[in-house]
This record gives sequence, structure tokens and C-alpha cells, in this order.
Amino acid sequence: MKPGSRIKSNACDTEVVIIKYTAGTIQCGGADMSEAGGGGADLSADFAGGSIMGKRYVDEAGTIELLCVKPGKGTLALDGAALVLKEAKPLPASD
Amino acid sequence: MNIALLLEMAADAAGDRVGLVCDGKRWTYGELIGAARGAAELIADSKAEFVALLDESSEASVIAMFGAALAGVPYCPLNYRLADADLGALLGRIAPALVVGDGERVEKLAGGQGHTVYPRGEFTLAALEAVANPDAVYDAGEGIAIQLFTSGTTAAPKAAILQHSNLVSYILGTVEFGAADEAEAALVSVPPYHIAGIAAIASSIYAQRRIVMLPAFAPDGWLKLVDAEKVTGAFVVPTMLSRIIHAMDKGVHADISSLRSIAYGGGKMPLELIHRALDLFPETGFTNAYGLTETSSTVALLGPDEHRAAHRSDDPRVRARLASVGIPLPTIELEIRDEEGRVLGPNQPGEIYVRGDQVSGQYRERSALDAEGWFPTRDAGYLDEDGYLFLSGRADDVIVRGGENISPGEIEDVVLTHPAIADAAAVAVPSVEWGEAVGLALVVRGGFDHPAEDEIRDLIRSRLRSSRVPETVRFFAALPYNEMGKLLRREVKVMLAG
Repeated sequence: MKPGSRIKSNACDTEVVIIKYTAGTIQCGGADMSEAGGGGADLSADFAGGSIMGKRYVDEAGTIELLCVKPGKGTLALDGAALVLKEAKPLPASD
Repeated sequence: MNIALLLEMAADAAGDRVGLVCDGKRWTYGELIGAARGAAELIADSKAEFVALLDESSEASVIAMFGAALAGVPYCPLNYRLADADLGALLGRIAPALVVGDGERVEKLAGGQGHTVYPRGEFTLAALEAVANPDAVYDAGEGIAIQLFTSGTTAAPKAAILQHSNLVSYILGTVEFGAADEAEAALVSVPPYHIAGIAAIASSIYAQRRIVMLPAFAPDGWLKLVDAEKVTGAFVVPTMLSRIIHAMDKGVHADISSLRSIAYGGGKMPLELIHRALDLFPETGFTNAYGLTETSSTVALLGPDEHRAAHRSDDPRVRARLASVGIPLPTIELEIRDEEGRVLGPNQPGEIYVRGDQVSGQYRERSALDAEGWFPTRDAGYLDEDGYLFLSGRADDVIVRGGENISPGEIEDVVLTHPAIADAAAVAVPSVEWGEAVGLALVVRGGFDHPAEDEIRDLIRSRLRSSRVPETVRFFAALPYNEMGKLLRREVKVMLAG
């Protein structure tokens, strides 16, 4: 789970690039994510909030950060705890 | 993470949307990523260790930058304005390279160095025609994305390197993906070998803001392109803004009502000019950006609201902020330190240090970072009590007179209040008594008589300590600047010695 590597959901179309990783199992739609993806797992109703293209997702403790590069129906999670959107303060374009 | 992912994401989300307009031709994000993948094949086949650009901005510079990233080869745009000997030396430092652009010049200066050369049109065509392998595995982006030779205004050019991770951190930290609406267009007129040119491409593509490229800046062309393409935002260096305003004063007609924002940086903005611009473009949001090559562009910003507040304020403290570069980005740390490395408090001038994921601080030859990862910028400045950053020149430009540090800016600011003075540069001149003393090079404003040297000295003495009073005062027709509007202090010293 190296920063820069891309992993895919096994329950939906979601793909993410890992920006920061410390420890734990990364999940989407209730199923573990993997490099190959497309595992055909059922989307868990508890983890069906969806992922949004270009958004960054983090855990409360700040141990992980994922960038969504392909959106899907599943909710991103770390060890069963849903990740949250990383809020960025909008800045004026400077270049 | 590879910087090419920024373009891949834009293409995945909106492949048919126009991402680049150059010389009248429009390129979608899908076409750009396709060409970049083709370019990656050419680059891999060439066995080049660098991809260099010896050309103005064009679609080829965008394709080369992302193609190099996909191939895992550093992209190194070169300053085509350099003299032959200097350029030849830089080409030697990156051999063997795949060079896009002026093939004749490469042949003449570096013919035996093993470079592969593609003139602009041939490179674009070859990249479009190259068949990218659908199963190609591209570089993971763990290495160097960009190598830029510093402008060398104070010393020989250094090879500053930016990792993929530096530039990606900067973009993810400051740009919201796909945030631009379809009408937004950014006019890019800075040269491709400047960090602002690199950052403009990366941030516009990630925001899905259409890039409108002006390969060679000219004020008339700039105004006409704003009109024709309904440009909404632009980045300029202060000299460009001054020339744009001059062209408008002379009556160049263009409808620039679409222009909602202008960002500027890359050199000191004269106060008079920014006040004038704020009056002339009452509906436009101005942003001052401070950054360096070694920090992946911007590390501090003065935003549009702060510009307007300072412009109309009667409170001298608020008004003074127009001369600041604003507040450090929330994604970086910034400190002012003295010569012993101690952190200084508000309003105490020292050297600016920055730290953060976007900060490289690395050169080919060495790292400039300290043990804790802080980068000494060699820029002098201070933070005011509200956290606004003020610059007072390069630390290397400080004049040390008998052990006392004098920043050229404080003297120049005072002299420029004289109505007859159009431009001023204070530099160190050798002094038997003090080691260094203040030398002042001045340019008289058109239509004014030369003020007496003593009148200038009296003006400085009345406002600053007596150590600031120049030993040498000389008048010149003009001061030497590079093409980005940076004063060449090395040359001013030579002029004062001559």
C-alpha cells in the first residue's frame, strides 16, 4: 500500500490513488479494495454513500489519505470505519 | 503519484472538453493525454535521460511535460534566450536528451552530445502518430518530474529539481479538481521554463480551466487574446502588467470585460502600478503570489478581497498590505530566522524559511534543506503582527556596511518617492572604510531634470539612518532587467564600478 499506487473497489467502479497510508485494510462498498479490483462483491447497504471524482478522503486520526480517481457507488473505509471528505479551503488561482 | 495523473483525471472526467487553445488550434483533454502517451513511447525509444524544451510555449510543451512524466524522464525546459555559450553548457549537463524545438541551435551548440532532436511540429505529429501500447505500464511517479535551471541572476545556474510528489502536493493542496466552469479560461503568457509556466499548466488542467496560450508575450496580443477567447483569468509578471496598461493608455482597443482575475508574481510589484491597476480594472480580483522554483511555485498569497480592502483603506497598516505578499498557504509552514537560525517574532526582518510537501529544496548537486526539512529561501523579509509576509529582497543582496545589514529595498522605496526618479537600484559598492557601502543607480523620469546628487542624499537622510546614505550616486538611461522583469543586480554593480 505504497503512496502513489492505485487500488480498485471490488464492489463498485471506485478507484483511488493512495496519498498517505499507515496501517489497516482499505475498503470500498463494504469489501476490501485490491490492485486488480472487479471482484464482483456485493455492495453493502451500509457502505453505499458513493465516492466523488477528485475528492480526497481521510480518517479522523489522519493516518490515511486517498484521492478518488474514478467514482463509484461505494463508501470508502478503513478497517470498517467510513472515511470522510478532506475539506480544503478554496484559494484564488495564483498561477 | 505521477503528475500525469492530473491530466489523466481531467481526460477521464471530461475527455471531450477543450483543455488548451494555442495558435488557433483547440485540444481536448482526451487529445492531450493521447498525445502525451504517444510522446512517452518516443521518449522511451530515444533512451534519453532528459526531455528538454528549447522553444516557446505551445501544445508541444504540454505534451512533452506529461509525456516525459509518463516515461519517467525528467522534463527540463530551457531558456531559449540564453547566450550560445551558456545554453551549450546547460545542454551538456542534460545529455543525452530528447530536445523539442530549435534543432539547428542544438546541432550548432551541442551537435556531438548525443541528443535526439524534434522540431516543434514534428514532435507533435510524431506524438499523435505513435501508437501507445494499451497495456503500457507508466512510471509510478516516485522520482523527478521537473528540472529547472535557476535564472542565475546572482550566480551560475543551479539545477533545481522537483519530485512528482512536490508538484502533486502543491496541486492537490491548492486546486479543487474540476472546479472551473466551462466558461473559465486562463491566459498563460509566462515562458515555459519558468516555474509559474509549469504550475499554470498543472493547476489549470486539474481545475479543468481551459488554457489559452500566448507563446510570446506582447501587450497588444495579450489584450486581443483576452477579447477573442473571453479569457477569465491570467498570470502576469509586474513588467507585463505595466506594458498592458501602457498599451491601454495608448488606445489599443479590446473588450476585456470577461477578465475576472489577474494573478501576479515573479518580481516586485511597484505600489503605484498596482494602485493604478486596481483603479483601471475595478471588477477584477487581483492575487499576489509569492513562490520559488524550489517550492513548486506559490507559498504565500494576497487575495482579491485583501487587495480591495488595502486599496480603499485609510488605515496605514491595512493600506501597507498592498506591498505584502499576503499570508502563507495553510499547507506549508513559514518562519523568519536570524543569521544564527533563531526564529524571529513579528516585524523582525530575517531570512524566510519554508517547509512542506510541496517544498523540494533540492538541486542536482545537493540538498539545501536543513536537518528538520526546512528550506532557506535566501529571500529576506518579515511577518507583521497579523501574519502578512513582506519581502525585502534577496538575502544575498543585503549591503553589509561596517557590520550593519542594509536591505536595498528600504533605500529604493524612499528614492522612488522623489517625483523625478523613475527607477532605482541600491547595491553594495566596495568601501575602504566600511568594507561595503551603498551605491545607488537611478533613472530620471521623462520630462524631469536631473536632481542634484545631494538632493537625493538629503531625501534618504531625512527618512532613514545615516548609514543608508549612498556613497555613490549615478544616473543611467535604464537599469538592466532579465526577460521576467528581475533586476540584474550583478550588472548594476558593474555599471557603478565602470
